[in-house]
Amino acid sequence: MIVSRRWLEELLGQPLDPKDIEERCHGFGAPVEAVVPLHRELADVVVGRVLEAGRHPNADRLSLCRVDAGGADGPVEVVCGAPNVTAGKAYPFAPVGTVLPGGVKLERRKIRGVTSNGMLCSARELGLGQDHEGILELDTAAAPGTPLLEVLGMADDQIHIEVTANRPDLLGHKGVARELAASLGARLRLPPIPGAPPEGATPALHAVPTRGQDRGTVDGLEVRLEYPEGAPRYLMAVVRGVRVGPSPSWLAARLTAVGQRSINNIVDATNYILFELNQPLHAFDLARLRGPAVVVRDARAAEPIVTLDGVARTLAPGMTVIADAERATIVAGVMGSAESEVTAATTDVVVECAYFDPPRTRRTRRALGLQSESSYRFERGIDMLAMPDAMRRALEVIVAVAGGTVREPPLDLWPRPQQPRTVFLRPERVARLLGVAVPRADIERLLSSVGFVVAPKDERLAVQVPGWRPDVTREVDLIEEVARLRGYDSFPSELGPYRLGTVPDAPVERAKSRVRETCVRAGMLEARTMPLGPADGPDAVALANPMSVEEGFLRRRLLPGLVRRVAHNWTVRNRDIRLFEIGTVFRQGPGALPHEDIAVAGVLTGARRPRHWTDGEEVPDMDIWDLKHHFELAVASAQPDAVIRPGAEEGWDAVLEPGGEVVGRAQAVRTDQPAWAAAVFGFEVRMAATEPSPAAYRAMPTTPPVERDLALVLGSGATAAAVEAVIRRVAGSLLESVAVFDEYRGVTVPAGERSVAWRCVFRDPGRTLREQEVDAVLTRVVRALKEELDVQRREG
Amino acid sequence: MRDLLASLDGLRGRLPEIAQADAMHLQQLRTELLGRKAGALTAILKQLATLDPEVRRTVGAAANALKGELEAALDARVRALAEIAGDEAAHDLTMPGRTAWRGGLHVLTQVVDEVCDIFREVGFTRAVGPEAETERNNFFALNFPVDHPALDAQESFYLGDDVLLRTHTSPVQIRTLETHPPPVRVVIPGQVYRRDTFDPSHSPVFEQIEGLAVDEGITFVDFKATLAYFARRFFGPRTRVRFSPSFFPFTEPSADMAASCSVCDGRGCPTCKQTGWLEILGSGMVHPAVLENCGVDAERYTGFAFGMGAQRLAMVRHGIPDIRLFFESDVRFLRQFAGRGR
Ligand SMILES: [Zn+2]
Repeated sequence: MIVSRRWLEELLGQPLDPKDIEERCHGFGAPVEAVVPLHRELADVVVGRVLEAGRHPNADRLSLCRVDAGGADGPVEVVCGAPNVTAGKAYPFAPVGTVLPGGVKLERRKIRGVTSNGMLCSARELGLGQDHEGILELDTAAAPGTPLLEVLGMADDQIHIEVTANRPDLLGHKGVARELAASLGARLRLPPIPGAPPEGATPALHAVPTRGQDRGTVDGLEVRLEYPEGAPRYLMAVVRGVRVGPSPSWLAARLTAVGQRSINNIVDATNYILFELNQPLHAFDLARLRGPAVVVRDARAAEPIVTLDGVARTLAPGMTVIADAERATIVAGVMGSAESEVTAATTDVVVECAYFDPPRTRRTRRALGLQSESSYRFERGIDMLAMPDAMRRALEVIVAVAGGTVREPPLDLWPRPQQPRTVFLRPERVARLLGVAVPRADIERLLSSVGFVVAPKDERLAVQVPGWRPDVTREVDLIEEVARLRGYDSFPSELGPYRLGTVPDAPVERAKSRVRETCVRAGMLEARTMPLGPADGPDAVALANPMSVEEGFLRRRLLPGLVRRVAHNWTVRNRDIRLFEIGTVFRQGPGALPHEDIAVAGVLTGARRPRHWTDGEEVPDMDIWDLKHHFELAVASAQPDAVIRPGAEEGWDAVLEPGGEVVGRAQAVRTDQPAWAAAVFGFEVRMAATEPSPAAYRAMPTTPPVERDLALVLGSGATAAAVEAVIRRVAGSLLESVAVFDEYRGVTVPAGERSVAWRCVFRDPGRTLREQEVDAVLTRVVRALKEELDVQRREG
Repeated sequence: MRDLLASLDGLRGRLPEIAQADAMHLQQLRTELLGRKAGALTAILKQLATLDPEVRRTVGAAANALKGELEAALDARVRALAEIAGDEAAHDLTMPGRTAWRGGLHVLTQVVDEVCDIFREVGFTRAVGPEAETERNNFFALNFPVDHPALDAQESFYLGDDVLLRTHTSPVQIRTLETHPPPVRVVIPGQVYRRDTFDPSHSPVFEQIEGLAVDEGITFVDFKATLAYFARRFFGPRTRVRFSPSFFPFTEPSADMAASCSVCDGRGCPTCKQTGWLEILGSGMVHPAVLENCGVDAERYTGFAFGMGAQRLAMVRHGIPDIRLFFESDVRFLRQFAGRGR
């Protein structure tokens, strides 16, 4: 919402400082986004009084003037080409150095041999109108050198305020001024309309209440309110004999100041009321209304209409339309039609002042994809109780700026009249919620300052809510008003005692934290990727209203998103990349809500470790064995009960026994990659939110270990895991650990076979093992391996 | 047995020789004495198997003791030689040390954890909820009127008729209040979705941190104090806060909280757009309608709630200019917040 500082000043009857307004607006709940000074380009132009105007020595059409522009060095010589320059009169004077509208910088220069020290300006040169016949004569007694903007009353600031959806009253200058008046202790008064007769002189402007009725006539126009659900209150007036034309400058200036274009006096008058009182109005040409009649009704199914923008649209029931005797021409509160607009030929004007139902207006506006200053206000709710006042002021302005007469009072259709709402407020509840006992008198004073009417009622206060505050419906809303008007900063801020809550920490948050730590310790960087992407499998969850096809689905897995981020890293020449992410993945569920899981995924590519100068050669790139390690770490922390098995496609699966459910997978990732990039490996594990049991202490043995290396030749069918299982089983409790430390394929091993070496560590925590004992165990192991797996000890 | 013990003594006699050996001689000595295949001591140990147990124990103990002595002497000489070499040709100690890859948490995770930890200091536990929600939980139980302009700021991604991606973490307020009796004191971090196109300060997906406290006797004063405590802990002890009226359907009174700019200390700078203040969070006292919708007695219980954007906090705290950087996952960006090192 843009408000004009001058407009507010008129309403408050006092000058305002933009900085001060900014503070106060912030304090009452409408933060200022920007303050834009208007007509900055005219800031250097001042009042110049012509002392002498004589003929230019070298040109008949030019005059040479001595101009007093308030300069310290006295009057200056100025060459002027205007026919109307007259000694003794005042004109806008642009000194040398001024940049005029259009961007031309004024230089001191010679005109036909005589130096001109500035310029006397026409309205057009100043961007103030089209008049170029002569220089702009100023009817002012102001001292020479006074800024032109002050003399013209044009100095203004646009104040852009942010208005929350609950405060429609702040969408008009009167509403903003009301809050400022409360804050400043000032009085709010509507400024008189220039050219309007004194108040009370035209009784016809006052609506005659016809409450309870839904039809009537005004000055020969029949009005029927057939859809009070869509328009609970509807006022209509006729002004005959208007002259449509340009607006007077005061009216045009008001609208320009809030960023609106001046259209004609009638439309400008209605817009003036919109921005002053927050009451949208509509004016149409009586001559174009068939009947003449105005019918407010529900739209019919698939009813066609051509709106003001020339677009053919289709309406539906629930949308309110304004029709004449024949057909709908206006979508109520949203958009008019070209047919009934006021034109230069209009003489009799119908003025509509309506309340359109907010939810219906919003639905209609969304369905038609239209938005206007009016629909924006109707959606938020206007002041239903103040409509007759708004209508009266509108007619006053119209008659003042376009002439015409109002022969009959406006028709006021209000089938189900509403009383102002009363809300009860308990002062002790104020104290209970705000933590400060605000005295009853203070409560009354604060609420009254913005238009609430407060009366005592038992221990309570009966508070009558003004019509412009549709947001205030219950006690707590009044408590907010008390806090707001007293000022949030006036409340203390002391941390008191509190009770612990009943909600335990979410187990999944703890689990995520553990998995994160594991991945970070493994040297991976945490990434965040977009959870929206292309479809990834048949049970991917689709968005009903995506912003693009590429982001039309929720992610089913994290890994594809991470791989896309690897590709992005390649575009900026990052080669060594180890990313992980923990996030939500989605699948279609049995009900309306999708199934959500938390997963952890990682990608690895590039050097296994940073190269060091002692290395002497390139550090090898990561391979599937790095992948397996990272996968094992992730599974151990994210799915502690899962076991890892070789899976399809040269990779591994994490499997939950006994069901065999696969909860994780690791494998090489095939992707288009630059020639200089390394192979990519990825894994993903669905997380279980299980709390790990605390690690139990085991005593460190003091007896010495006995080590034995066991080199075995494995045929094509034998796996290390199978061999290890046999070793563990046969060796029994004396075996402390067993681990592969070497694999060899080559000339000394038959083709298709390989030699794998294990280091076995034996120990008895209670005594020192004898070598023979260990050798005997090893012999049994070797025999079992031969019998069960056909695996033999490597010779030599 | 005597022979064997004598041999051991002979070997012990080599100890002074070890203490004088140069590097090459030292290597020879190690092989000669302790070599796996032909070392003199190894040979003695191999003979032990053939002895009777009594003798074996005595000789074995002596042999093992000697083995330890020899190893210690050899190692000591290696170290001594290295030190001498160091004196002669010192290492260039400005050469870089050996490093390993270093992992790190995303800056958003760090900010979320820090915020949650600060609130933990004043009794808040950590709760979560699903990212896909019903309209009821996301809007209507939170007192959003049907067809109200308040919904405009929450343009949403729908998955079905009344199922959408949550536009804020506030539906977890509903889920929490419906399942746990007061007192409730939780912070709720989580991802939220709005139908905004990407620009430097908007993203269709971002991280929010919600908070909710409901109990008997919680007041506006407690609310202000708790959030001011957070601001001072997060931005520094000199931070000032400012509350101003705002509007959220699920709080009443509603407030925006701004903190004095931590970059310029309130004097005005580009980060705070010259205002000296940083808008940090939206908040207020829990609207009684929300409590009623969750079956909580709104006469007896009061509370406060707040919500803040983790990206915004991170951008302010770390001077990150563009929200898109959080999702790009450029490792050079991620590493900046992973602590020093590679
Ligand atoms: Zn700053």
